[in-house]
Amino acid sequence: MACFSLTSVLLAAEEVAAAAETAESSGLLNMDRLPLLGVALFFIFAVVYWITVARSGGEIKVREIAGLKAIEEAVGRATEMGRSVLFVPGIQDVSEIQTIAGITVLSKVAKTAAEYDAKVEVPVARTLVMVTARETVQEAFLAAGRPDAYNEDLIYYVTDEQFGYVAYLSGMMVREKPAACIYMGCFYAESLILAETGNSIGAIQVAGTAMPAQLPFFVAACDYTLIGEEFYAASAYLSESPAELGSLKGQDLAKLLAFILIGAGALLATATQFVPSLQGAFDFFTGTLLG
Amino acid sequence: MYEFLRDLDRRVIFSLMALAVAVPILLQFTPPEKATPIVRDAFETIEALDEGDRVYMAFDFDPASAGELQPMATAFVRHACEKKLKIYFTALWPVGPQFIKNAERDVISRDFPDMVYGEDFVDLGFKTGNEGVIKLVSNDLRTQYPQDARGTPIDDIPMMESVASIRDFDVIMNVSAGYPGTKEWVQYAVASAPDDVKLVAGCTGVQAPLLYPYYPQQLSGLLAAIKGAAEYESLLLGKYGRENEPGIYQEGLRRMAPQLSGHILMVGLIFVGNLVYFMARKRGEA
Amino acid sequence: MLKRTIPMLLAMAAGIVMILAYFFPWLTPLQDQTTVWFNILAAVAFILGGGNLLKVHLKKVSDRREGWAYSMITLAAFVGVLVIGLFKLGVNPLDDFPAQRMAGDFRAEGSGFWYVYEYVFAPLTATIFSMLAFYVASAAFRAFRAKNFEAILLLSTAFVILLGRTAAGVFLTDFLPEEGMLANFRLENLTVWIMNNPVTAGNRAIMIGIALGTASVSLKILLGVDRSYLGGGD
Repeated sequence: MACFSLTSVLLAAEEVAAAAETAESSGLLNMDRLPLLGVALFFIFAVVYWITVARSGGEIKVREIAGLKAIEEAVGRATEMGRSVLFVPGIQDVSEIQTIAGITVLSKVAKTAAEYDAKVEVPVARTLVMVTARETVQEAFLAAGRPDAYNEDLIYYVTDEQFGYVAYLSGMMVREKPAACIYMGCFYAESLILAETGNSIGAIQVAGTAMPAQLPFFVAACDYTLIGEEFYAASAYLSESPAELGSLKGQDLAKLLAFILIGAGALLATATQFVPSLQGAFDFFTGTLLG
Repeated sequence: MYEFLRDLDRRVIFSLMALAVAVPILLQFTPPEKATPIVRDAFETIEALDEGDRVYMAFDFDPASAGELQPMATAFVRHACEKKLKIYFTALWPVGPQFIKNAERDVISRDFPDMVYGEDFVDLGFKTGNEGVIKLVSNDLRTQYPQDARGTPIDDIPMMESVASIRDFDVIMNVSAGYPGTKEWVQYAVASAPDDVKLVAGCTGVQAPLLYPYYPQQLSGLLAAIKGAAEYESLLLGKYGRENEPGIYQEGLRRMAPQLSGHILMVGLIFVGNLVYFMARKRGEA
Repeated sequence: MLKRTIPMLLAMAAGIVMILAYFFPWLTPLQDQTTVWFNILAAVAFILGGGNLLKVHLKKVSDRREGWAYSMITLAAFVGVLVIGLFKLGVNPLDDFPAQRMAGDFRAEGSGFWYVYEYVFAPLTATIFSMLAFYVASAAFRAFRAKNFEAILLLSTAFVILLGRTAAGVFLTDFLPEEGMLANFRLENLTVWIMNNPVTAGNRAIMIGIALGTASVSLKILLGVDRSYLGGGD
């Protein structure tokens, strides 16, 4: 394995060297993407700056997210009813950022469940997600002082096949009737099937996804829904770590930049209609500056 | 009556929907269809190509969404065949190759028997790696596909000559049910060379609002759901005929009737739901 | 060290290479190499998944836990399809190699795998997907209520889209001319306008927020601030 990796690295290094030689004539940097590099650097700087501020004790205020408060309530209710909590981390792999955000929420759910002595079941659609989820839940149980209560068999792989996974979950929900269903991750067409099945068994449902097309379905069928960036903010909010909260502030600055660029573009486009000589400036703005 | 509607069992709704879909299918009713600009643009993008131009046909869907997407896949392949384009089939979903085989069997072998494998069309097959494959073929297609789905080295396939990367194709035609799909083709293939790569796509209804922002800059045209397929079919029928063959070339059009009755039922259900809501408010229950 | 630091460094290195390669073309081969590595890992993960599936369901059967019969069906299906695919049952040999049945295409029409796909897998997945039609109807009945002004706007838009996406839209507003100002109010045109303008605008706003959120989380992972993917903790 090590030999394979070493060979691969050497081969890649050789290719890089060859590509670098070719690049000498075409330039080391893709000049077309220079403005985007500027935006990226601004974003990185903003996030790093606010993380540093937060770490050095600066106060970062984050509004309360109703959906996250509901999670604790849902786990509590499951404990009272003696039923389980179903956690679905989406249907994508760990290479998907939404899955990672979902796993962060799972950490909080597992910790609460460990404190309440509730059962959390996590069927997954990707093997690597199973491995990650197991590590996370084990850590959460350890942090809650209940390492003995951790049961890795409750986090298991079902199938990579989207509708096979949905069929399993729907059947399981109808048979076992979990008191709470939490959907956090990347979802596609299965979102409504899952949420409606959960609704039909009377479970408390909390969802979070950054898939715009699935948000209406979750909003219609769940009790609480974390919408888009709120879902990402949730992981920072839950971790309560200053560094994570600082990144939210940096994100807001980047949003401000996007807002300014959109406003300037809209104004310039409108002005071009009345003053044709501004066309050159508009072309530079859309063609060069925005790439 | 109020109590019945308020406590309406979802099984009643399910039964009504089943009827709304089944009856038009049994009656074989086909409503007329008129193409919208976004579908017309997809059609015109292919129409503008010349004989022998290359199209990269990416079938990124599964049997679950075939009801919605198979008609547009068939229409895309038929259009490419009618235009005598060179077709390069690929799939990023494990079950995608089956649809390539269906296209070969139902369209190429049946209606365009003169097309020769390796010269007019080639099946590059399924490749695991999702968007990673798109990134790689954007730079170097030959490394990613050293052989076709039948095991023939691509150096031995005449139509693979002088194909190095995605930039060597005139249009990418993608039929997608989700991830990886059209969004990834936009983000990794089109974004890698916006001036060289053109993309037309067909997608499910749920995905469509997500893809509209990419039209017309990154997406030259889009077929959204079965309605998009039906519109494309009507354009194909208008240009190339075969109206007398109601089979696979009019599947989209045929499915518009159940869609019509299904949508009308939904409007009715929403209306009844609101009626119940206002009655409950009047009674002080809501 | 092995459980935390090395994986974190690997993630950081791969992520930084991916970002830099976008701006510095000479790094593209390294980016491609990183992608190939992920593809190899993802392919190996299939085996891990199969192993876990067998373990979980065999345990359920041996413990005779509630629903163990379903596990039996899952195991039978898993092993059955695996055998059909691996041993290429029912596969016809290629014309060039008539004596070598194993050289044939396992997905070719008439093979065992093809039968499973065509007559079991395809109908089953299509059935689950088609359930959406029923669930959409029941969710719409329950959720669409004209509770306030925004909800009324949402309802009206839903009506326009539902009708405009079918022949009913053309039929209902056929009295309006096909050209000129009034043509914009034909339901089929109004639908396209709604999808292209308000829906696109709303979607873009949500997508910009999501993109920044994604970038922010990615950056946290690259900086080692977010380690939840390694099991959380510090």
